[in-house]
Amino acid sequence: PFKRYVEIGRVALVNYGKDYGRLVVIVDVIDQNRALVDAPDMVRTQMNFKRLSLTDITIDIKRVPKKKTLIAAMEAADVKNKWENSSWGRKLIVQKRRASLNDFDRFKIMLAKIKKAGVVRQELAKLKKQSAA
Amino acid sequence: MVTYKFHQYQVVGRALPSETDEHPKIYRMKLWATNEVRAKSKFWYFLRKLKKVKKSNGQMLAINEIFEKSPTKIKNYGIWLRYQSRTGYHNMYKEYRDTTLNGAVEQMYTEMASRHRVRHHCIQIIKTATIPAKLCKRESTKQFHNSKIKFPLVHRTVRPPTRKLKTTYKASRPNLFM
Repeated sequence: PFKRYVEIGRVALVNYGKDYGRLVVIVDVIDQNRALVDAPDMVRTQMNFKRLSLTDITIDIKRVPKKKTLIAAMEAADVKNKWENSSWGRKLIVQKRRASLNDFDRFKIMLAKIKKAGVVRQELAKLKKQSAA
Repeated sequence: MVTYKFHQYQVVGRALPSETDEHPKIYRMKLWATNEVRAKSKFWYFLRKLKKVKKSNGQMLAINEIFEKSPTKIKNYGIWLRYQSRTGYHNMYKEYRDTTLNGAVEQMYTEMASRHRVRHHCIQIIKTATIPAKLCKRESTKQFHNSKIKFPLVHRTVRPPTRKLKTTYKASRPNLFM
């Protein structure tokens, strides 16, 4: 019934607060509601589980590893690539890209959408003619 | 870092020197208070109960805040306290798992308030110590002494990432599975 567990080495996404959007690794469990959490570019802090969304990625570390071993384990498990190729990770990248568009980009997107819709409609018209005939 | 309400202070004071006693004994206390003024007041309160000295015939020599030495290491804290309930005074020993002593003390105050309805001015901390894992007495802290700890998060509440994006009504029911 459960597939994602809180365990040492589970990669999680922060979904509330100052570090919103950051991928962190659960390095130890403090108690029922809090975990010690670490990432290569931040100081090790405690976080409430309510602020974390667990992902499918885990890495192989012991309890509370040193920063160097943590970074080495993250490289070995290839967390960055696995995340960016996962559907969840890709969706977040697309969202970020959409939020950072400028007006010219939005104009270009409008033209591309119109073109794509035109091509789709042509194909649909062809198929309709075939099925009608 | 989380902001803690209770800070730990080291307060040092002594009685004023007089003709009978040129060099009175110096006393040092470690206390928890929300600010320095309260810490000094607490110091005199406790010292009055132990020695024949008051704030009016004593002097404060030093007050320093004590900060946590290793705030990234999880420790088991044991707190011995004396609290006043509706019917009398009792002693208690409580255990907490936290990264800092200030955090554990804050947990203690909130737990005493919720479980026993004791407000913080009726609580006196007798002693605090970091307990090694073998000597912990409470099952609720001992259950986390597992290097292969693993548990699922059973109920997921979907929250907007900032309070600004909160709405009273939502279009669809949330999915509570993690």
